[in-house]
Amino acid sequence: MKIDLLAFGPSKEIIGQQKTTLELPEGCTSDELKADLLERYPALGNVDSLRIAVNETYVIESVALSEGDEVAIIPPVSGG
Amino acid sequence: MKSTIRITDSVLDPEECRRFVADNRCGGQTLFAGAVRDNTQGKKVGYLEYEAYIPMAEKELARIIRASREKWPIVKVAIHHRVGTLHVGELAVVVAVSAAHRQAAFEACMYLIDELKKDVPIWKKEFFKDGEVVVSDRA
Repeated sequence: MKIDLLAFGPSKEIIGQQKTTLELPEGCTSDELKADLLERYPALGNVDSLRIAVNETYVIESVALSEGDEVAIIPPVSGG
Repeated sequence: MKSTIRITDSVLDPEECRRFVADNRCGGQTLFAGAVRDNTQGKKVGYLEYEAYIPMAEKELARIIRASREKWPIVKVAIHHRVGTLHVGELAVVVAVSAAHRQAAFEACMYLIDELKKDVPIWKKEFFKDGEVVVSDRA
């Protein structure tokens, strides 16, 4: 299945682009995707308290991803 | 309760937010305006760049406004946040709240700016005068 991955702030700098499409195995969870990204981009491990949002909502407990989901890697925010 | 949320690359107008929250039932209007400081921990700031995950930032702002309404008897809220390039002295954020009495208006305004800084997906990048660039995780 395909999902859209969005990255912002420090995570965008590490991944190198704001939006990419990823092919994931069916049933892949948000935690599995996060672990996979940390493996592919070890520098993400240096970002404190990286959060994941699925379809514009923060994920509290890992959720199963579905085709077409928009998954965002949210580093600590610094608005205001 | 009426509220308005705007994320924009245009200059913010605090008076527009104040006018939005003005209401004849309300004796109190509070307004917080956050400006770009000329230094971060002593280092001279040249300019900042703000980016937002706009659709989610709008949802999160709506969520914190709903939460503030459960805590205080407030009547209207306006939150505007700027994105793009901002120079020293320019406003990055305006939060305006109205309520019948001042205590609720002050407390809800403080709560809203505090929650905005915790959860709303907006990031700043600092460009210092000495050439250093920092993707900040400090609000």
